[in-house]
Amino acid sequence: MKILIVGGGMGGTILANNLARRLSGELKSGKARIIMLSASERHMYQPGLLYLAVGRMTPDELYRDQASLLEPGIEFHVDPVTEFQFAANKVKAASGGSYDYDFLVIATGSRPVMTSIPGLAENAETFYTEETAVKMFKALRNFTGGRVVVTVGVPHKCPMAPLEITFMLNDYFKERGIRDKVQLHYTYPIGRVHSLENVAKWAQPEFDKLGITYETLFNMKQVDGAKKTLISEEGSETKYDLLIAIPAHKGMEVVEKAGFQGGWVPTNRASLHLEGDHGKNVLVVGDTTNLPISKAGSTAHFEAEVIAENLAAVVKMGVPVRDYDGKVFCFIQAGKERATYAMFNYTTPPNPQPPTRAVHWFKTAYNKLYWASARGLL
Amino acid sequence: MARKIVDAKGSFCPGPLMELIAGMKAAEVGDELEVLSTDKGSANDIPEWINKVGHELIETKEEGGVWHVLVRKSK
Repeated sequence: MKILIVGGGMGGTILANNLARRLSGELKSGKARIIMLSASERHMYQPGLLYLAVGRMTPDELYRDQASLLEPGIEFHVDPVTEFQFAANKVKAASGGSYDYDFLVIATGSRPVMTSIPGLAENAETFYTEETAVKMFKALRNFTGGRVVVTVGVPHKCPMAPLEITFMLNDYFKERGIRDKVQLHYTYPIGRVHSLENVAKWAQPEFDKLGITYETLFNMKQVDGAKKTLISEEGSETKYDLLIAIPAHKGMEVVEKAGFQGGWVPTNRASLHLEGDHGKNVLVVGDTTNLPISKAGSTAHFEAEVIAENLAAVVKMGVPVRDYDGKVFCFIQAGKERATYAMFNYTTPPNPQPPTRAVHWFKTAYNKLYWASARGLL
Repeated sequence: MARKIVDAKGSFCPGPLMELIAGMKAAEVGDELEVLSTDKGSANDIPEWINKVGHELIETKEEGGVWHVLVRKSK
């Protein structure tokens, strides 16, 4: 039984390790093989980008060698997939070779597309890649006062990031002693400051307390760099001295090329199988699904655990055993030293409590403990 | 003109309206989108956004705990 995992991010890595442990006997005897293909020899802890953007982490802290995170027995190749051939049960890769499979797991993730909004890439800072996060920090360092606007596009990964970056910016300017010279303004696409109602209920008074202004029902349409103005689909405008954007995302190009609009793969919300033709032996994990749930690392983590359990059960007894219940767990960094979290699933909404130092320390510890999660230990 | 289903049942985050906004981006002018939601707030916040941005709200109905909100991309 050949299990091919395409993508070495959170979902793919946790899945590979969890599965390798469950199938250690079968891997040794050759009854099963786990093959992972990734575009990079490094694994990035993406939540670290938030800290990088405000000068609280350095780039090296975000990476580990992918191979060092993988259980022995996993065949790992840095060979990005260039084409999915579902009918033939194989994929073609950049090396020119192809890999066939009995089961395929698509774990390719999502990417920010700054070019989706005219004027955005040229005029806004962002922090969803190492390069842009470092550039943003340098811009923050040189900023001596004025209007900072944080704007959000849909869909995007990491639902908490818009609030987190705003709170972190507040504390960053406070630490530099220039908070009174900075106007912080936040825009959000729907009619409240966050998609989760309870999170919005908590965050809005926090914004009021900290003197952060906001406009809701604001979907960015274009940026006029000459006039330093951000214009919305809804017809409003806001001026900025420093514009920070979380742009709309798409799935990877190879997934778009396979015919999945936006790069989002139609996925069964319980079994995590690809919906439609060829779904019988194709599973999907993480950001690249089209599921109406958070594009978060924790989502990928909990989905990966279900897929690992099911694939192992299929190898051992021919049938899967468990459904994914929509579980997501997201920390919310509410400032330099306070945090809370939101935990929910398909049937139970989140109910975040007021942020505390204790949860901040938990999150700080998790920034390091993450590597144990990636190895399938936590 | 195509009719697409935006199945946002069981979605707390990002939420039915955000799913619709993302779906609108991918749609053509004239396309209809039907949002399915188990969150009754959507029956209010979707029309609010549709109104502000200038698309067309065709109808809203509730069936067995699921709200169906049908909208058309106008521009």
